[in-house]
Amino acid sequence: MSSTVISPGELKPKPPAEEPNYLNVNHTISSWLLTGDHKRIALLYLVSTSFFFFLGSIAAGLIRYELTSPAGVVLESDTYNKVFTSHGVIMVFTFLVVAIPAIFGNFLVPLMIGARDLAFPRLNLASWYMYMTGGTLILAGMVFGGVDTGWTFYTPYSSMYSNTQVSMVIIGIFIAGFSTITTGINFVVTIHKMRAPGMTWFRLPLFIWAMYATSLMMILATPVVAITLMLVVYERTFKLPIFSPELGGDPVLFQHLFWFYSHPAVYIMILPAFAVVSELIANFSRKRIFGYHFVAFSSLAIAGLGFLVWGHHMFVSSQSMYESIVFSLISFLVAVPSAIKIFNWMATMYKGNVHLQSPMIYAIAFLMIFTVGGLTGLFLGAAGTDVHLTATYFVVAHFHYVMVGGTMLAFLGALHYWWPKMTGRMFSDGIARVNAVIVFVGFNLTFFPQFIVGWLGMPRRYHYYYFAPEFQAYHIMSTLGASVLGLGFILPAFYLTQSLFTGKKASANPWGAHGLEWETSSPPPTSNFLETPIVMDEVYDFDPVSEHARDLRNLQEAEEWKKAHDGMDNLPEEDN
Amino acid sequence: MSFFNFPLAPPSASNIAQQYDFVFYALVALSVFFTLVVCAGAIFFAVRYKAGTKADRSRPMYENLPLEMTWTIIPLILGLIMFYFGTALFVKIKTPPKDCEEIYVIGKQWMWHMQHANGVRENNTLHVPLGRPIKLTMISQDVLHAFYIPAFRVQMGVVPGRYTQLWFTATQTGEYHIFCNMYCGTQHSEMGGKVVVMDPKDYAAWLANGGQSTTPMSMEQTGAKIYAKMHCDNCHGAEDTLHAPSLYGIYRKRRVFADGTSLIADDEYLRDSIVKPYDHITAGYGQTMPVYQSQVSEEDLLNLVAYIKVIGSPSANPPTSNVNRHSAPTAVSSTNEATSLAANAVQANTADPDATPTRRVGAPAVGAIAAEGRNR
Repeated sequence: MSSTVISPGELKPKPPAEEPNYLNVNHTISSWLLTGDHKRIALLYLVSTSFFFFLGSIAAGLIRYELTSPAGVVLESDTYNKVFTSHGVIMVFTFLVVAIPAIFGNFLVPLMIGARDLAFPRLNLASWYMYMTGGTLILAGMVFGGVDTGWTFYTPYSSMYSNTQVSMVIIGIFIAGFSTITTGINFVVTIHKMRAPGMTWFRLPLFIWAMYATSLMMILATPVVAITLMLVVYERTFKLPIFSPELGGDPVLFQHLFWFYSHPAVYIMILPAFAVVSELIANFSRKRIFGYHFVAFSSLAIAGLGFLVWGHHMFVSSQSMYESIVFSLISFLVAVPSAIKIFNWMATMYKGNVHLQSPMIYAIAFLMIFTVGGLTGLFLGAAGTDVHLTATYFVVAHFHYVMVGGTMLAFLGALHYWWPKMTGRMFSDGIARVNAVIVFVGFNLTFFPQFIVGWLGMPRRYHYYYFAPEFQAYHIMSTLGASVLGLGFILPAFYLTQSLFTGKKASANPWGAHGLEWETSSPPPTSNFLETPIVMDEVYDFDPVSEHARDLRNLQEAEEWKKAHDGMDNLPEEDN
Repeated sequence: MSFFNFPLAPPSASNIAQQYDFVFYALVALSVFFTLVVCAGAIFFAVRYKAGTKADRSRPMYENLPLEMTWTIIPLILGLIMFYFGTALFVKIKTPPKDCEEIYVIGKQWMWHMQHANGVRENNTLHVPLGRPIKLTMISQDVLHAFYIPAFRVQMGVVPGRYTQLWFTATQTGEYHIFCNMYCGTQHSEMGGKVVVMDPKDYAAWLANGGQSTTPMSMEQTGAKIYAKMHCDNCHGAEDTLHAPSLYGIYRKRRVFADGTSLIADDEYLRDSIVKPYDHITAGYGQTMPVYQSQVSEEDLLNLVAYIKVIGSPSANPPTSNVNRHSAPTAVSSTNEATSLAANAVQANTADPDATPTRRVGAPAVGAIAAEGRNR
């Protein structure tokens, strides 16, 4: 607060001198579009992925609206098929795979390890341009005719039968895939070579470990899907006989190649969420994460085993029975590291000082929802039970519990947690907490009924179900839930944007968290740290007893503040 | 309506379904248990160790190998147990017994074509006997499909270029959904039908009879059935009414119209009077009849005209008993409600005249298709 008195007639007041930071260092458009700063690129990604998420959500809303009636409401079947394909393609390839690594990974990897930037800043910028080119092509394909194959592009429908813009969309995905690969390479090199002095491997925040595992998968798996999808384009265009039995190909080969990427891709989407949740739970419990080594290595175990389970998508595809049994066994093994993580997160709260601010509420909601998502995976990993459930709404519910309840909740948690660091502004935590509850309720109301309707036998990708009206009640519930969930996604757009203009200035460490990113100012300067930090302490180095004493002090101060401003309910924002 | 209808489980109508449900509910119990453990644990710790509450925080734990081993090994063992039961079930589903009765299935955009061993064919409907193991050998003519009977808990991909198999023993008579459960294009959601589980004796009779419970219906009989189903007889009864003239003995009679012209009632006239009745209003009547243009298929119109030609004569007695007996096993929609919804969907799709007929047209078409199947 400035204490100088300014009389009305005086010259216009000077803005208070601000520390130069990465946001105010220059303001031209080219300084954003040609930036090499990982933090600015992260914001470019935040804006662009949010845009794609918005488009994907509109498609989701249309699907839900259409399914309230057994004979459809407004769409033709062809249009419906294009809409659910758009929803899948946009959400998977331009949001889920990209969002947490490219936004929060980009922003935080250098900050957390004490580096000035990623190893290859220009490659980083190029990755955003590749992403935008790919995304634009995907959208162009959807505008000029759409695509109706489902996001899985199963052959021979995609390669021989569909008369839609399959090739354009696939080329878009192909280009966007390179953006993922380059981001992965950038992270791996940065984590290996650019850690600050004293930042040993086992002092790395768990976020970094999970980003490392994610990057490995991105580098190894993405080329496979890129090649596979290009083969579809070749078969469409040049009649190259790969997948179509009419030409002499094998349609099931496509599924092997596709899921060899797309199952690891599931972990590419969920490991970053684990990364975020590890940070949130440790920092908001003010306690070192329980079983650091187990959490870190479970990420790598998931990354490794994740490459060996693709066949569990194909139990009824005509692959051999013995093949299916082996894939089923490995799928059960991959459940174990996920269970280890969940129990370690719970144990972290034990004897901690749990601060129930909005990011922590998202983390706890994640814990509950991801548990359901993981456990219902057992039904699908067990080959026998999968036979009835595969490709029904049970599967739809399962992967939305993991992708929306998991990744999306972690995304929201991360957005709230690092918002002050990224923008330098605080938002109203009260509204944010209410919003977290809205998301939790809306989410469960949307997707839990889908487990039941899937168990009843409702196939996915069905436009009509007039021949089975017994499914309707659950679809209506689900659509109601989707409206609540939609509200939970729209509200943050408003209150977070508002915080940019009216929010309180954030201190360097507004949450009382522990980690290098909280030791520099909010928002950080372009070079991240004015001096290269030297790491002396362990990660999450909280002492629960002294943290408790500090909490009591804070509470007491709040109490006194309340007395001094008697009658007023709004406590000062918790600050350290 | 079905708004307040919340079924909690699909019908369980095959030998596989019984074993399946055992494994499924065991998994449900396991999932509910662990979900409760995690939710209760998370809430308990969040409340007990909420910042500022009095709680013992001395000697915090950060690593504990026995504990880690506990929650590694217990999920692993439980997982392996569930893997065992899941695999045993899977092996059963994948291993048809030797004495199966074989039926062949062809999937194509967007219909199922079934062929019984004795040559009887049917579309989108599969008749099977109760209590006898049935093996389906399936192939696709175009893209990937999947043959899925939820009530039997069986599903198998139907792939172009290779045979796939699926087996079951039905344990309850009745009609159950067949769905195509692999996305296959525009009308994917309508590529389905039903499996009809019959008493073995009825099934044998049905099979011996060429896939029908009775001899095929003549055009007049089919027309009579449509006439009744569309409630034409509400107005066009045995006597002239205030609303409409009787059609009894109308064929080859001269009709005088409101505008003074007249015509001999031939086939053309009969058809026109159904699809665009206002072109020739019979003298003495108003424009009260609905226009049936593009409401009735040409096939049904032929049958209707055939019936009207003989309406009222002794040869045209609607074979009521036969019709009912016939329609029971072959009616496509299980309820009237579903039929009317189907009709809505048909309107939405009229742009596609070659669309698969069976599911979308009313019941009589099935008989016609079965007949068509025999003639192929």
